[in-house]
Order: sequence, then structure tokens, then C-alpha cells
Amino acid sequence: METPLGDLWSPIRLTLELASLTTFLLLVVGTPLAWWLARTHAWWKEGVATLVAMPLVLPPTVLGFYLLIALGPSGAGTVTGPLLGLRTLAFTFEGLVIGSVFYSLPFVVQPIRNAFEAMGERPLEVAATLRASPFKAFWTVAVPLARPGFLTGAVLGFAHTVGEFGVVLMIGGNIPGETKVLSVAIYDFVESAQWREAHILAAGMVVFAFSVILAMTLIQSRAAKAGA
Amino acid sequence: MSIAPPPLDFTAEPLIRAAFTGALGRFTLDVSLCVPARGVTALFGPSGCGKTSVLRCIAGLNRLPGSCIVGGETWQDEVRFRPAHRRPVGYVFQEASLFPHLSVRRNLTYGAPRDPAQHGIAFDDVVPLLGLGHLLDRAPQNLSGGERQRVAVGRALLSQPRLLLMDEPLSALDRATKDEILPFLERLHAALDLPMLYVSHDMAEVERLADHLVLMAEGRITASGPLAELQSDPRLPLAAAREASVSLDATITRHDHGLTELAVRGGRFLVPGTVGPVGARRRLSVVAGDVSLALERPSPSTILNVLEGRILSAAPLREAEMTVVLGLGTSGEGDRLLARVTRRSWDLLSLAEGRTVHVQVKGVALAHPAPV
Repeated sequence: METPLGDLWSPIRLTLELASLTTFLLLVVGTPLAWWLARTHAWWKEGVATLVAMPLVLPPTVLGFYLLIALGPSGAGTVTGPLLGLRTLAFTFEGLVIGSVFYSLPFVVQPIRNAFEAMGERPLEVAATLRASPFKAFWTVAVPLARPGFLTGAVLGFAHTVGEFGVVLMIGGNIPGETKVLSVAIYDFVESAQWREAHILAAGMVVFAFSVILAMTLIQSRAAKAGA
Repeated sequence: MSIAPPPLDFTAEPLIRAAFTGALGRFTLDVSLCVPARGVTALFGPSGCGKTSVLRCIAGLNRLPGSCIVGGETWQDEVRFRPAHRRPVGYVFQEASLFPHLSVRRNLTYGAPRDPAQHGIAFDDVVPLLGLGHLLDRAPQNLSGGERQRVAVGRALLSQPRLLLMDEPLSALDRATKDEILPFLERLHAALDLPMLYVSHDMAEVERLADHLVLMAEGRITASGPLAELQSDPRLPLAAAREASVSLDATITRHDHGLTELAVRGGRFLVPGTVGPVGARRRLSVVAGDVSLALERPSPSTILNVLEGRILSAAPLREAEMTVVLGLGTSGEGDRLLARVTRRSWDLLSLAEGRTVHVQVKGVALAHPAPV
């Protein structure tokens, strides 16, 4: 049974939407978190940093399992779901976004935190002695100086969200147009022996991964040159 | 442990009064400082003695218990602490620390108020003063060390500070670059009426720039006063140093035979060349080893400068020498000089405190070079 090629577009579009929205939210959440981790002297900060990094080593199914419980009808989903007009956040696009944010958080927080730490106190002290408020110093000095970190974080967060599978399967299931993203679609095609479709999507992902890593390397080498 | 601010001074002169105590590496910082809020005050002492910490506390970059009152404005006391960005200071760090993502021009204007009416120190004045005209559109990465530090000074000035804090701005530079920047700093001193605290461990810089001196050692202030007064105080280590010298502020009075005559309090000096117009101020420096004493007026010789003076005090120095403090003028009320004489000569000439002597000065250095 042949799937019209047009049907391949749905999971691709859904994946891009999910990754874009997730990346945006990751930057919004990750930036203050990275700033805090880079600058606080609180003794428990490495505890927080470890929590953020957990998805790096946890099996995605474990993360997905807990998210499913948290987002489901008996978890926080009962509180937040109705706000969005839903009975539950599990098996929804919104649930996928929340899951992806947790799952990809370390990939965004780590490079931004490193960039904030690498610049040191000095540029901010200089800004303060030039009458810049902490708010102005952050936007006009810290963020521009940490730009390579933001780029790396955004690219990694986006790419990692595109590639996620376990978490999606656990909390999103496989609803076409709603939660059936690329990686799940490939799995489905292989299951049903639709090799042509699986080939197209898989090859696309290979090209995508190659481009992402190449872009990252170029960003970092340009940043290293500018810093010298 | 109580932190008392320095005693109140009821004269009208604006002051910088600061007192801080706190842990600082191996020792405790415990300083109480009261210096005039005008001219250049040098904080001088060996590396690691706490000079930079004092400066950072005054800028609000560090917070140690204490107080800080500048020109009548309280920046810190027991309860209040004004954050760094609300203190009208300009701070020049040891490394220029320019913003690498901004051009020289945008670095310069980063701290400048939006309203040009508030620009007491104008962009168009600072740029030529520091020789930055040809650098404005460059990136900081493409500047030499000396150029970067000049931009950093200009950037601090354009933030319209009421107090300029300089933390060893020349120490990261080589000798040649230092000599390139010092004239700019001297021009700054002459052109702007802006009080400056200048941290240094290089006496040559201090002699050229400072009006007032604060000596520090191991987290404490050991002496504070006008530069020449501390240089000529035999109780302080400065007078015992091999290259001990005294700085004198002089006014050019006339030119003759290719020489320039400069008046100090209690005497006149001649230096070769035309070093400036009549009426201009120059700083002279006289090394103790270049000063010798005679009881009678010496017969005419090739030594240019022979002045009248009186011995104010003397202290033995190592086994063979004496450090003699002189007051210029027959009654010794003028500027002070240091002389380094042997004990043998001291006894042979029966020199004693209170005696009037003829002071022969073999060499006079002009600390402020001719204006560029």
C-alpha cells in the first residue's frame, strides 16, 4: 500500500511546529535559568543544574512515563488542562511541547550557561561603572557577548526536539496531525513495511543532522576567531 | 569592631572620606581614608596590599562594612549602599576591558548620558585629548594595548563622572607604551577639574601625576598627605629608597641664554631648554643623591642651581650616610628638598638641624614634559 507523498508532509510540518515552539520556549525558560546558574553563589545550584541535566542520561521512556502521569487526568493536567480547554494534556500537541521543553532543556541551558560563565564578571562590572542598570547591562553586554552560546543552544534544542522519539511515544502517542511527528512516522512506516516512505524521511533526517552539526561547528569556530 | 569614619573636616573643601574593614586574602583590610576631592591622589603600595580593594569598594563593585562619602554625598554607611551603577564614578581597570562587540565609537559613548546638555565632558573634546580620532570606527580587537587603554579612559570620562578611579591603568603595558600614555594622563590632569584616585605601585608614575599620596601596606594606610610632604618625611620608607626624590610644583618665570627659570617656594631653578611659556606650571623632581650642601657660598662653578636653605632635620641612613631634610629659603619656610650626604661630611662641616646652608643641585628633572 502506497502512501501519497503529500501525506508525508503532515508529520514534517508537525515536527517543525513542535521544534520551533519548543525552541522559543526553551530560550525563554533557559536564559534566566542559565544566567542564574552562571552567577549565583547558592550552594544548591549544582543540584538544580543536575536536575536540568537529568534527561541527558535518563531513558526517554522514564521521563515520558512521569510526564504522562503528571500531565494526565490524575496529575497536573487536571488543573492546567481545562485552562486550555482540554480534559488532559496527555496525547495532545500542548503536552508534547511541555515534554519537549523538559527533554531538551539541558541542550539549551548548558551552552548559554557556559557562555555567560566564559565572559566573567568584568564586562558587567565595566557596564555598571558606566551607569548601566543590571537590566541594561544584561541586554547590551551579556546577551551580545553570549551570542554564540545562544546560537548553539537554539540549534541544539531545535535539533534535539526534532529527533525525540521515546518521550513522544509515551505522552503523545501516535495521533496523525496532532502528535504523530517525524520519528514516530518513520517507525510506523517501517512497521508497516512502507520502505519508500521510511527511506525518504530517514534520508531527510540524515541530511538535516549533517547540516545541524556542520552549522554548529562553523558557529563555534567563528566565535573562537572573534574572541581571539 | 567599630568602623569610625575619619574625623569631620569643617573646611569647605570637598573631601573623599572612606573607611572599610573586612577580610582580604591573607590579611584584613582596615582603612580609613580622607583625601581632598580634587587633583590626583595616588594610592601607593606593594602589590596585594589592598589598594585595588579600596578602589573597588569606593566604586561599589565590592561591598565591605564601612562608609563612603564623596563630596558630601553618602554612597555607603551602616544601612545604605548605593549600587555601582548609581555612583557617578569613572573606573579604568588594569586591562582596558573594552566591549569586544562594539566599535571604539560605541565603546566611548556607551556610558554617555542621552541628553548632550549633561555633557560637561564633551565627545569632541575627549577624542583629541586622548588622540582617538583615527580609531573611532575600529574594533577593539584591532587596537594596540596603549590605544585600548586610552579608549578605556575616554569611555570612563564620557560617562560624566564626578570621580575618576584608575586601577593601575598602565601596569599591563610595556615601558614604551607607558611613556606614550603618561602625557595623555598629565594633560587630563591639567585640562579637567576632575578628582582622581590613582592606584599604582610605580613611584615614577606617582611622581609625575599625583598631588596627594596615600601609602598602603598589608591592608592598612601607613601615611597620607601632600606628595612632597610624604616624599620628604624621613620616617617613611620613601626617603630611604635608593632613588629617593622630592617633587616640586614650579611656575616658569623667564627664559635666558637658552635656559628656563622656574620659581618654587623659597627659591628658583634653572633648567636647560625652553620648557614652556612664562606663567606655565611644571613639576620638577630632585633626586636626593643629586643634592649636596656647603656652608659658604660656593665659588662660581658649572653647577647651575645653588639655592639657600636650612636644615630642618636629619636621620642616619645605613652605616655611612645621612638623609637630610632641607627647607628652601634662608629661614627654611619654602619647599622641601632631600639631600643624601655622608656622615663623614656631616661631621666635618659640623652640620646640624637649624643651620643655614647653600644647596647645590646637580640635576633637576622635569616630571611634566613640554606640552605636546
